[in-house]
Amino acid sequence: MRTFALTLHVWRQKSAKDGGRFAEYKAPNVSEHMSFLEMLDVVNQDLIAKGDDPIAFDHDCREGICGMCGFMVNGSAHGPHRGTTVCQLHMRHFQDGEELWLEPWRSAAFPIVKDLAVDRSALDRIIAAGGFISVPTGSAVDGNATPVPKVDAELSMDAAACIGCGACVAMCPNASAALFTSAKIGHLGLLPQGQPERHDRALKMVAQANVEGFGHCTSVGECEAVCPKQIPITFIARMNRDFLDAVIHERPQSDRGGSG
Amino acid sequence: MDLDSRIPEGPIEKKWDTRRFDMKLVNPANKRKYTVIVVGSGLAGGAAAASMAELGYNVLNFCYQDSPRRAHSIAAQGGINAAKNYQNDGDSVWRLFYDTVKGGDYRAREANVYRLAQISVNIIDQCVAQGVPFAREYGGTLSNRSFGGAQVSRTFYARGQTGQQLLLGAYQALERQIGAGKVKMFPRTEMLDVVTVDGVARGIIARNLSTGKIEAYAADAVVLATGGYGNMFYLSTNAKGCSATAIWRAHKRGAYFANPCFTQIHPTCIPVAGEFQSKLTLMSESLRNDGRIWVPTKKGDERKPGDIPEAERDYYLERRYPAFGNLVPRDVASRAAKLCCDEGRGVGPGGRGVYLDFSDSIGRLGAGTIRERYGNLFDMYERITGEDPYTVPMRIYPAIHYTMGGLWVDYNLQSTIPGMFVGGEANFSDHGANRLGASALMQGLADGYFILPLTVGNYLAQTTGPKVDTTHAAFQDALKGVNATTSKLLGIKGKRTVDSFHRELGKLMWENCGMARNEAGLKDALQKIPALREEFWKNVTIPGVGAEMNQELEKAGRVADFLELAELFATDALERKESCGGHFREESHTPDGEALRDDDGYCYAAAWEYKGPKERQVLHKESLAFEHVHLTQRSYK
Ligand SMILES: Cc1cc2nc3c(=O)[nH]c(=O)nc-3n(C[C@H](O)[C@H](O)[C@H](O)COP(=O)(O)OP(=O)(O)OC[C@H]3O[C@@H](n4cnc5c(N)ncnc54)[C@H](O)[C@@H]3O)c2cc1C
Ligand code: FES
Repeated sequence: MRTFALTLHVWRQKSAKDGGRFAEYKAPNVSEHMSFLEMLDVVNQDLIAKGDDPIAFDHDCREGICGMCGFMVNGSAHGPHRGTTVCQLHMRHFQDGEELWLEPWRSAAFPIVKDLAVDRSALDRIIAAGGFISVPTGSAVDGNATPVPKVDAELSMDAAACIGCGACVAMCPNASAALFTSAKIGHLGLLPQGQPERHDRALKMVAQANVEGFGHCTSVGECEAVCPKQIPITFIARMNRDFLDAVIHERPQSDRGGSG
Repeated sequence: MDLDSRIPEGPIEKKWDTRRFDMKLVNPANKRKYTVIVVGSGLAGGAAAASMAELGYNVLNFCYQDSPRRAHSIAAQGGINAAKNYQNDGDSVWRLFYDTVKGGDYRAREANVYRLAQISVNIIDQCVAQGVPFAREYGGTLSNRSFGGAQVSRTFYARGQTGQQLLLGAYQALERQIGAGKVKMFPRTEMLDVVTVDGVARGIIARNLSTGKIEAYAADAVVLATGGYGNMFYLSTNAKGCSATAIWRAHKRGAYFANPCFTQIHPTCIPVAGEFQSKLTLMSESLRNDGRIWVPTKKGDERKPGDIPEAERDYYLERRYPAFGNLVPRDVASRAAKLCCDEGRGVGPGGRGVYLDFSDSIGRLGAGTIRERYGNLFDMYERITGEDPYTVPMRIYPAIHYTMGGLWVDYNLQSTIPGMFVGGEANFSDHGANRLGASALMQGLADGYFILPLTVGNYLAQTTGPKVDTTHAAFQDALKGVNATTSKLLGIKGKRTVDSFHRELGKLMWENCGMARNEAGLKDALQKIPALREEFWKNVTIPGVGAEMNQELEKAGRVADFLELAELFATDALERKESCGGHFREESHTPDGEALRDDDGYCYAAAWEYKGPKERQVLHKESLAFEHVHLTQRSYK
């Protein structure tokens, strides 16, 4: 088993209100079998033993699926390995003596909570604006009543794989949430069940993303490169088409409800 | 208090209909006058919160993650069962019921399981309508796969991310209600106590994990859907934040805790790699459909797997259980793996591993088909171990995965605290002593979408007590208590980290209360746990203060609760001298080493009542009657 040493420069910030700075730490005994977060666990145990405040970072499943973890490693969201969340990034990809700079997601829409942990509730509000199919419990037809072509189901699943981690926003020079938003619009819009609200959904979700202060997409493509689920930017094109369609076909009644 | 399970009268097929008809209803216009607290946003909590809001109730929903979408249900991989019989292979509500009761080794309540099987079909319909992208056949119909413990294909799945997709369905329904103002969401907020007024649940105390602020919340009913407590073992497949805190604190307020020792050990997890290991990763059970499990026939065989000829491999599950082969239930598969490793035939570093080999199916179906079925799992394995499972067999070993035990609930999912309901993995209700694969997602959604919204409504329709708010003395007392505990933890300033205690507890539990248990080991655990707990309260160190994000403080509270629950766990395991399902007492086995139940002595659910910090808990028994699935020794041969 290979073990080696790293130097970490970690962004420390007590809360959104405080200023932040980089602090330097040594990780002297890193095993190649550790995950990145396990490496930080060990650093934190040492900090606690010395009576210092451990580095705060978000994480939960440590399996790359909950979307809770995420920070920048040397300027790259979730670190250097493609298609991988930082909790699934293993230390065998690093070399002895490397210096690593760890920073939180940077975006006006993601205020810092502490150190590497940020507030991503803006993403939830984009979903609340229209990222759903309105089907109250109990009102569904039989699961096989509507056949769904396999290719559509598969493509829909490609988009639905989004874990909502926010890496796309963090990496985008415009801090745009286009990949995130388009993944939901693509997931639901590719299924027959998602058709009735397809236009409304695009309008409302895009509008909410603007309200939250996310930037516009200028097709830089950094988001796709760091997405741990490798969701392609073709979904952004799909979203733009739904959005345009919606603007052209907008039925102003839809929002106001009936008069009776 | 008597343990009244409130099972409806009449034939089993009609019980749920009968109960639904007998329930009191809240008039649609009155629903908005009621507030329900739902703690948990997983399949059970998220579905319940969304569905109750759709009905018109005001819902306050809590989770400890930064978004409800991250509840641990997200990690479920393999699939969800439903008795749709779309494959025309002889499935039915009755067969799913039968399989689940048998799989649970006859320690579940028949009436609940039957209802679960009935509702399973509605769940799939609901999820499809929400846009869950289940796997499909070329004709556009839904695909199914088979899963451990069943001989029909009734498992619906979305690649290896079924839990994620089901949870996103529930989460989107929840967000719709948040947008509509019917649900108020409290993410990053951890419940630390239940508040009762005159013995009835009226609210909770919770800590905002970003600011550290501890606050009280009042409601007309409380639902706990806070998941399982497998993390007591430190290393488990659960997410790092999963804990017993919500249900344990409710237990201390009067909710009985049922069958705490019923734990599920999952046979197919990636083995431990080193001392720094922080959690274990599951490789979905669905892999057992196409993978063959084996170890070398010789002890201490150090050759590479590819160099071991066919004749020197022991496909021990296929050999011992020809009818079910690699698809035997989890408890059976886990113990068989342990046995091989105990014999010195384990593989990989430390000898705690067995092979899960896909070479036959890759030969038969091609790597493309295998990639389509399990691609993301193979990738995950490769990311973690650095080995390519398309060319080298996976190494797997059992790990703690699920807890069948939980708060005792009646047929309406109400705990022994009136007004407090419990759903999902947090309750004990449907899986007996062993849960079948793909049945937890089913249970979580059955509870959340279809049972709790009705049974909570039935309760509300009959409540007569006055409205209370958080100025009531009971809330103020509970707040004081939680604040005092927090200050106490922060004030210890000892020498050991929270994690060091958690690891020590986990190791102790794995060794003494894990896959095989015996009297001496359990008694030893009962000596060591209180001593460790005492040391914790004297010597733990938590940096920082309470009025900020403090992840060590969060962990400390959870570990403190595990240290108490562990003792009840071992007590329960010692008390139950039989073997059943995941609870294997070495003293009780058949001549060929299978778990041997003792139906005369132990055909009951053990529900424990908390009596105070120094008192022994009192055991109440709910005896179980098996009128439809007759008690027989399980056999998968
Ligand atoms: C890796 C893995 C794979 C699995 N695969 C399958 C599968 O293929 N099929 C299957 O049927 N089952 C599977 N299971 C089991 C299944 O996923 C779980 O049993 C089920 O999802 C639990 O759902 P739940 O709603 O009860 O709880 P959870 O999803 O665990 O949700 C708990 C919720 O409670 C909240 N919470 C907890 N404590 C507190 C507190 N004190 N205060 C506030 N909030 C709190 C959490 O934030 C969360 O929102 C798997 C489990 C694991 C670990
Ligand atoms: S911790 Fe869940 S995705 Fe990393």
